[in-house]
Amino acid sequence: MSGYLTPRNIVVALLLLFLTLLPVYAAYTGNVFLMTLFTRIIILAIAATSLNLILGYGGMVSFGHAVYLGVGGYAVGILAHERFISGFLQWPVAIVVSALLALGVGALSLRTRGVYFIMITLAFSQMIYYVAVALDRYGGDDGLTISRRSQFADLLNLGNRTQFYYLCLVLLLATIYFCWRIVNAPFGMVIQGARSNDRRMQAIGFPTFRYRLTCFVIAGGICGLAGALLANHTGFISPAMMHWTRSGDLIVMVVLGGMASIFGPLIGAVTLLVLEEVLPLLIRLLALPFAGEPLASRAAEYWQIVLGPLFLLVVLFARGGINGLLESLRRG
Amino acid sequence: MADALLQINNLSKRFGGVIASDDITLALPAGELHAIIGPNGAGKTTLIGELTGEITPDSGEIHFDGRDITDLPVWRRSALGLARSFQITSLFPDFTVLDNVALAVQARSGHSFRFWRDACVDPELRDPARAALERVGLAARADVPVANLSHGEHRQLEIAMALATQPRLLLLDEPMAGMGPDESARMVRTLRDLKQEFTILLVEHDMEAVFALADRITVLVYGRVLATGAPAAIRGDEEVRKAYLGAADEVAHHG
Repeated sequence: MSGYLTPRNIVVALLLLFLTLLPVYAAYTGNVFLMTLFTRIIILAIAATSLNLILGYGGMVSFGHAVYLGVGGYAVGILAHERFISGFLQWPVAIVVSALLALGVGALSLRTRGVYFIMITLAFSQMIYYVAVALDRYGGDDGLTISRRSQFADLLNLGNRTQFYYLCLVLLLATIYFCWRIVNAPFGMVIQGARSNDRRMQAIGFPTFRYRLTCFVIAGGICGLAGALLANHTGFISPAMMHWTRSGDLIVMVVLGGMASIFGPLIGAVTLLVLEEVLPLLIRLLALPFAGEPLASRAAEYWQIVLGPLFLLVVLFARGGINGLLESLRRG
Repeated sequence: MADALLQINNLSKRFGGVIASDDITLALPAGELHAIIGPNGAGKTTLIGELTGEITPDSGEIHFDGRDITDLPVWRRSALGLARSFQITSLFPDFTVLDNVALAVQARSGHSFRFWRDACVDPELRDPARAALERVGLAARADVPVANLSHGEHRQLEIAMALATQPRLLLLDEPMAGMGPDESARMVRTLRDLKQEFTILLVEHDMEAVFALADRITVLVYGRVLATGAPAAIRGDEEVRKAYLGAADEVAHHG
C-alpha cells in the first residue's frame, strides 16, 4: 500500500520511532540533557495537541491555554505541599480543576467571537496568573519547589527518568489517538462545522454552543494533565507556567506544526523547542570564525531573530504548517 | 385558521427608521406552496429571518404546528422541522457534497455527543444523505468537493441539505437566484416534486417560476402585506400591478 508512504507519514513514523528509542540511546551514552529536553517536548506536545482541538478543529483562538498548564501544575504542587502526594489523587484533581476552569471560561468567552474571544481568554488567564502570584502560602511570585513527585504505589516510580519519559510518551500517544477519534466522530463534525459556518449549523438544528463548550472543557482537562506532568518533570511550579507568553508558545507550536492536523502539534512542539536549543549553538558556531569569542556568544543570545522570520515564512507560505508542507510534497 | 402549519400573527420589526415587517399576518395550511414576492427592500429576507429565529421581532407571534415558537432559538426551530435554504451554501467547502448533507442528517439523528464512532463511514448518516441528493438530482456529484460545484449545483445542494433535516416546512430563500434558464427549469421540476410532500414558503424573484408553482402568493411592499391570493387573483390585482409587477424589469436585474 504505497498510499501510506506519504512524506508526512514517513516523517511522523520516524519521529515516533526516534521518540521511542531515545531513552535507549540516552542510557547508552548517559545523555541526561536529551532526556530532559524531550520529556519537556512531549509534555508540551500534549498541551499543544489539546489546544489544537479548539484552535485548529474548533476555530476557537484561545490566547490563554497555558493557564490550564499552570492550574494542573498548581494542583499537583499545592496537594504535594499539603502532604497529599498520591498521584491517584493529584492527577484527577489536576484534570478536573482544569476542566472546571475551562467550563467557566468557555461559558462566558464562547458567547463572543473573534478578537473579543481572544481578549477574554487572555484576560481570564492573566487573572488566574495573578491569583497564583498572590498565593503567598505556595511561594507567590517565586513559585514552589515540589520535594516529592506524585506517588503511584508500586506501579510507577516517577523519580526514574526513563519510566517518567515513557509514561509521558504513552500519554501523548493516547491524547493524539483520543483527539483523532473525536474529531472524526459525529462530535468532531459538529465542532468543525461550527468553525466553518456556525450560523448554518444552527439553521440545520445544532445547538453549537454546548458542543463547542464541551470541546473547550475537554481541551482544558487534557492540558491540565500536561500541567501535572510538567510539575512532576521540573519539580517546581511558578506563575510563569501560565504567563500569557506561554500561551503564545502553544499557539506557535500548533500553527507551526499545522492546525487541524492530528500530528501537527507534535511536529510543531518538536520543531520549536529543538530550534530553541539548536539555533543559539548554530549562530555561535557560524559567527565564531568572523567575530571571535565574546561577540559570537552575544550574537547567539539573539537566536529569536532567526526563529521569527522562520515562523513568518511558514505562516505566509505554508497554510497548513509543516504538516501541510509535507502533504503538499506528495501532490508535487 | 387554527389548523395552519405556520401561523404568523401581527409580526412587526423595525430597524431604526425602517419598518421591515409591518403587522404581517399570514397562515400557511399544511401542503401549500406559498410564494412571497415583493420589490427589493420589501422585507422578505427579514421575514425569513424572523421565521428561522435569527431575527427577533419587536412584536407579534409565530406559531408552528400549533406551538408558539416566537421565542425559540434557531436550532430548536430547525429540530421541530423548520428548514431553511440559504443563499450562500456549504459548511465545509473542502469536504464532499455527501459529507455536507450527512452533517444535516446528523442534526436530526439525536444528539451528537458521540465521541468514538467514525462519522464518515456511518451508514445511518450516509444513506439518508444519498437519498436526499438523489431527490434533487445531485447523486452523481456526491463525492465532489463542494468548492468544485457550479452555482446551480450549489443551489441544489442547498435544497438537499434542507431536505436531509427531515423538515415539515421548507423556507426557500431565492433558490433560483443567479441560475441560467436550464438550471431554473430543473429547479422548478425539483420544487414541483417537493411540493407533493412538503409545505413550502418560497421567496423568489423569478416571476415565471412563482406563478407556475405557487398555490397562493403574498405580495409584500415596505414590510406590509399588500395582497394574498391565488396566482390568477394576484396577477389581476390592480394595486399589485401598480406597486410591483410594473417594476418587474428592474427587479429582474437582481435575479
